[in-house]
Amino acid sequence: MQGIYGGGMSLLAFFARNSRELLGLVGQHVYLVAISTGAAIAIGVPLGILLTRRPAWRGPVLGLANVFQTVPSLALFGFLIPLPFIGGIGARTAIVALVLYALLPIVRNTYEGIAGVDPAVREAGRGMGMTDGQLLRLVELPLGLGVMLAGVRVATVVSVGTATIAAAIGAGGLGVYIFRGVATVDDTLILAGALPAALMALAADALLGLAERKLAWRSP
Amino acid sequence: MIPALEVEGLGYALPGKGGRGRGRSLVQDVSFTVGAGETLVLLGRSGSGKTTTLKLVNRLLEPTAGEVRVAGERAADLAATRLRRRIGYVIQEVGLFPHFTVERNVGLVPQLDGWPPQRIAARVRELLALVGLDPATFATRYPHELSGGQRQRVGVARALAADPPLLLLDEPFGALDPITRVELQREFQTLEGRLRKGMVFVTHDVREGLLLGTRIGVMHEGRLAFLGTPDDFRRSDHPECRAFMAAA
Repeated sequence: MQGIYGGGMSLLAFFARNSRELLGLVGQHVYLVAISTGAAIAIGVPLGILLTRRPAWRGPVLGLANVFQTVPSLALFGFLIPLPFIGGIGARTAIVALVLYALLPIVRNTYEGIAGVDPAVREAGRGMGMTDGQLLRLVELPLGLGVMLAGVRVATVVSVGTATIAAAIGAGGLGVYIFRGVATVDDTLILAGALPAALMALAADALLGLAERKLAWRSP
Repeated sequence: MIPALEVEGLGYALPGKGGRGRGRSLVQDVSFTVGAGETLVLLGRSGSGKTTTLKLVNRLLEPTAGEVRVAGERAADLAATRLRRRIGYVIQEVGLFPHFTVERNVGLVPQLDGWPPQRIAARVRELLALVGLDPATFATRYPHELSGGQRQRVGVARALAADPPLLLLDEPFGALDPITRVELQREFQTLEGRLRKGMVFVTHDVREGLLLGTRIGVMHEGRLAFLGTPDDFRRSDHPECRAFMAAA
């Protein structure tokens, strides 16, 4: 039996022996998270904005995004494999699944951020002759940015965790160590995947929190 | 001389489809003219249609009947955004953009209209001085750093920025404490004389109306029940005028 102390020692030794492989997996993991979050922003932000213009679509769209969230992640990865174009084994399928997960917080927070703008400010803007685009660009997006970024932050942190499961369908990432460790009942190997993933989530959280404070206008 | 605002047979009925109150008329057959240098005060109880009438003029609501002309041009012929840039609009909640400085707030319409920056800056200084705010002190402040009265001064300056022929004011002093309100009413009175613009001023405060209006219109159940000078209003035996005079 290895104690915690022994486990920590063997973890460091493991990292030292496998630094190149570790770096490769970290790189894959960052790639999965960055591409999927980027795509989720590219889809989710315009979709959230659209919902503020078409309130009737809010229920169905947020409902659907909610459904994706409720499907267990391992099952969602599995469901996607047989699908043409987006399915199959590998990173592409994993990215599709991660995008579906990230959509809800991003769409919802984009909607909430814009819908939360003081109605008097919006009326003043319209009354002064702003076009809808100007109102969005000059007023609604800057004022809603804080809430929107909070959604991106949640999506990213959750994505870092969920991306470990992508290894199950051959997409690589830090989940490779975790699955290998589970299969061989090797705590050190599980930790070798879990610890860097946890640190990555913390780093993403801190970084995006910083961006939120720097960029977003906050009601004083 | 072309009047700043002509309103003829203006009406607004709620859209016909579904729900409660469908097809109900909120404003019916309202007609008036406001010349340069005139202030028409629209008096009325809550829900009498005075705010709706203002919004029909700058097309925040689209009229379902009648015609509006601003400085001789049919409002319906202009793009709504262009129309609104020629009409100053002041609301009770002020609605300053909280993430813009006072300077950017006031300079917004000129900016939308593509004025060169130096001209905007000069105009902003001129307007802040006009509403009694020292440009050196206030231009770089944010709305949350201002008192309620200062905010509404900025609101008025912002509405005047592009020198519109017409100003619409929806209970601009309604949210202020009584002392600040009287202060702003007095200054507004001076402004009226200097600016020579057409103004429509909505209020339910009779004293304010009599102080600031060159004419008084009384709205009642969506119609203009009375239209006349303040003296006509005091002498009128229309029940709605009597009710307002009794409340003063």
